[in-house]
Amino acid sequence: MGEYLLEVKGLSVSFCQYEKGWKRSRIQVIRELTVSVRTGEMVAVVGASGSGKSLLAHGIMGVLPYNASVSGEIRYQGEILTEKKIRQLRGKEIVLVPQSVSYLDPLMKVGKQVENGKKGRTGQCREALGRYGLGPETEQLYPFQLSGGMTRRVLISTAVIEKPKLVIADEPTPGLHLEAARRVLGHFREMADEGAGVLLITHDLELALQTADRVVVLYGGMTVEEADREAFQQEETLFHPYSRALYRAMPEHGFSFVPGSQPYVKEMPEGCPYQTRCREVKESCRKFVPLRKTERGSVRCVLWGGEESR
Amino acid sequence: MAAERGIWIGKQLFRMMVLLGAVTVAVFALLSVSPIDPLTANVGQTALGSMSPEQVEKLREYWGTDQPALSRFLAWAGDFIRGDMGTSLLYRRPVKEIIWERFLNSVWLMGSAWVLSGVIGFGLGILAGRKQGGVADRLVTGYCMLIASTPAFWIAMILLLIFAVHLQWLPIGLAVPIGVAAEQVTAADRISHMVLPAAALSLTGISNIAMHTRQKMAEVMESDYVLFARARGETERSIIWRHGIRNVALPALTLQFASISEIFGGSVLVEQVFSYPGLGQTAVTAGLGSDVPLLMGVTVITAAIVFGGNAVANILYGLVDPRMKNRRKKS
Repeated sequence: MGEYLLEVKGLSVSFCQYEKGWKRSRIQVIRELTVSVRTGEMVAVVGASGSGKSLLAHGIMGVLPYNASVSGEIRYQGEILTEKKIRQLRGKEIVLVPQSVSYLDPLMKVGKQVENGKKGRTGQCREALGRYGLGPETEQLYPFQLSGGMTRRVLISTAVIEKPKLVIADEPTPGLHLEAARRVLGHFREMADEGAGVLLITHDLELALQTADRVVVLYGGMTVEEADREAFQQEETLFHPYSRALYRAMPEHGFSFVPGSQPYVKEMPEGCPYQTRCREVKESCRKFVPLRKTERGSVRCVLWGGEESR
Repeated sequence: MAAERGIWIGKQLFRMMVLLGAVTVAVFALLSVSPIDPLTANVGQTALGSMSPEQVEKLREYWGTDQPALSRFLAWAGDFIRGDMGTSLLYRRPVKEIIWERFLNSVWLMGSAWVLSGVIGFGLGILAGRKQGGVADRLVTGYCMLIASTPAFWIAMILLLIFAVHLQWLPIGLAVPIGVAAEQVTAADRISHMVLPAAALSLTGISNIAMHTRQKMAEVMESDYVLFARARGETERSIIWRHGIRNVALPALTLQFASISEIFGGSVLVEQVFSYPGLGQTAVTAGLGSDVPLLMGVTVITAAIVFGGNAVANILYGLVDPRMKNRRKKS
């Protein structure tokens, strides 16, 4: 499909690391990550801590550390997003909304940071802050003087002032109470409704389902399932055992949990990362499992594709 | 606000008094157990040997060395508080005069070394920390490691060998040319005598500032806010100017004021090598000659200046860093 604004296909990110002095090893944090965003659409990428969510954002923005290497395909408006291209686009058409106050310069006033060093943007800055209920007095504050909720709104203001086409929001809700978190996600929904594509990276499936159009479930740095919001209304329309487990873990669906935890990146098994916890694990799970289309999205599971194999 | 500031200044002054008191007691105690006998050191072994025991006793009484250390100290302290720093045993002149004269010599030397090492060290630190592991970083770190493990007096001697002995570009020592009347000494003369000692001092001072700045700069470059700045399309250059220097300048400035003590410490050795008549050399001479009043005077002045430097560092931090300013307002 060519109408995608952002298309990430089979993205892998690995780090080079020295251990025990001289031995060099590669740590694969993200592998086979696939996600796409259309214009005017809000897509949530949901995964537990350590599933490589932030790296996805940094990978798209081209700000991964020097010892990281990336493979796979990132396309923006149908064209490969090269390093040169992202350098031109980032901070203009493509913006990142980071997760915490530590992403603001501690010694620079908020107004200057929202303006981002470009002259003659005082009006736009005031407008952007005002849109989120922050008065002109906010411009004179330093980041340490902001509350958690104000920080999020300031960070969102740094995005809207650029009038972006693609917004990548990296964990915008932790530390906020439910009402504030909902409001923040509402701001992103608004941007999508105004025509931007929004990629929301979060660990909170419940909140994501309230605002996003589609949800991509990550496990161990890999896309295991992608489905529209409605598919998450009942267990039967979800296909991957992990997505189903997430569904059942939600308070209104029984609050149940699957024992075990996500394997550490260095001990990640070949094939499906969920095999260590899956109750329906098969021999074929230990080999590479392709992502296959379903009627509501796509899934990476050997069980998909026929009732007889269940 | 004004009352608060007054209390703060009062506290600082009180601290300084306590510090100076402790320093004088320590120096005096060390001197009184020092094996150097002021009589032997100043009158001379032979002269003393040719005197009769009665004469020596008289001399002892005149100099006051027969008194117990405590009463000597109290006598000195009492005079000092009244503004009398005493008379130097070695120079037979008021200590105040000698210190003022030496201080004027030293202040230019140390001041220029201090400014040079600060500015160059800061620049090198920024350059190195900008990209850890890069060529600039390796060169700067290598230089700093080399210099940090080299004693200041050795560098002074090498500079002396190269520029004064072999090339003969600069004078070999002292603060003014030999055999020239004091009125005829020009500013150029003074400067040319100062170049080598100042260079030796600042060369060693650079490494400390540069390594600290580099460390801080590297931290800033790896910080979340620099990552975000990059993601917002800022160029490396703009990042260094807008975020790097802004966040590194404060700790560097504080360090710079706190490093006054190191410049003083270095000057003792460097002035010795260049026979430069400054405070550092005076301290050495006074110590070796058991010139108690002079050494005490030099110590108190030095301690006060170093304390002043640290106090300025504290004040600057409070004035410039918005986070500190606010914390003070709140408390």
